[in-house]
Amino acid sequence: MKINDLYITQAVCIKEGKLVHNNLEIALNRPENKDFFQVLYDELEIDYPRFFKMDAMGKLGIAAGHLLLKDFAINIYQTEELGIVLSNRSGSIEADVNYFESAKTFPSPSLFVYTLPNIVIGEISIRYGFKGENAFFISEQFNAEWMVFYVNDLMENRGIRACICGWIDVQDGQYDVRLFLIEKGKNNGLNFTAGQLDRMGATA
Amino acid sequence: MDKKDLIYQLKQQIIKQLNLADKKPEDIKDDDPLFVEGLGLDSIDALELIVLLQQEYQIKLKNAEEGQTIFRSVNTMADYILEQQAGAAN
Repeated sequence: MKINDLYITQAVCIKEGKLVHNNLEIALNRPENKDFFQVLYDELEIDYPRFFKMDAMGKLGIAAGHLLLKDFAINIYQTEELGIVLSNRSGSIEADVNYFESAKTFPSPSLFVYTLPNIVIGEISIRYGFKGENAFFISEQFNAEWMVFYVNDLMENRGIRACICGWIDVQDGQYDVRLFLIEKGKNNGLNFTAGQLDRMGATA
Repeated sequence: MDKKDLIYQLKQQIIKQLNLADKKPEDIKDDDPLFVEGLGLDSIDALELIVLLQQEYQIKLKNAEEGQTIFRSVNTMADYILEQQAGAAN
C-alpha cells in the first residue's frame, strides 16, 4: 500500500563487513588488520575528522548518512523539514560498557557523551544540518510497521518532508545498520512500506 | 625531561587521548591555539585534557577557569606542567 506519496529514495545497509547501497554491494578495499571504520572513512572519502572521536554507532551513522545524502538536494528543504527516526535493540550498551571500564581508573568525558542511543541522531544532525523532529526507539527487532507509521505521522503532522529512518545496532563489536532516506513525492517506484523496508534491509 | 621533549610527548598524548587520528605531532605547532581556530577542540576535549593532566602528570586543576590559560596551546600546557612539577619538588 502506498502511504501518502512517500518513497524510499536511498538505502544503506552495513553488516558483518559488508556495505550495501541501494541494493548494490560496495566493494571495500580492506587490508588485513585495518579497522573497519577506518576502511569506511577512507573508502567513502568521508573527510570529517570528528568521525574518529565518535563511538561505533556514531561512526556507522555518519558513514551511512554519507551515502544516503550524497546526492540529496538539501537546498530544496528547510532544515526544520528534515527528520531522523532510528531504532535498535541494544541502546548504547557498547558505549556504556566502554565508559564503565574507563571509570575504573579515569572516567572519560568523551566516552560518557555517547552513553545515550540518540547521540547518533545528534551526530548526523550536526553533520548534515537536520533540525526537524527526531526520535529513537528501542525494540527487540526492527519494527518496520511502526517505523512506517511514525515517519508517516511526522510527514503528515509535523512538517517533515524528508526523513532518515531505520535500524542501527551495535553490541559486542557486531553491527547491523539499515538506514533509509524517505522523501515525499519523489516517485521512484520504491514505496515507503513495511514490506519494502524489510526487503531492502535484508540485503546486507 | 626538558621542555622540548615534554612538548613532543604532550602532542603525542593529546593525539591519542582526543582520537585525532588524522594528526601527527608535527602537525601541531607549539603555539597553535588548541581550541576553535587551531586544533578545533571542543568543550568535551577540554575535559579530556584535564583528565590527561591528572592521569599522566598527577596534576589536578585547582579551578576550571585556569584552564583557559593553561590549555591555550601545547606550549602553555608544558609551562604549567613544568611549573607544577618544580613546585612539587620544592
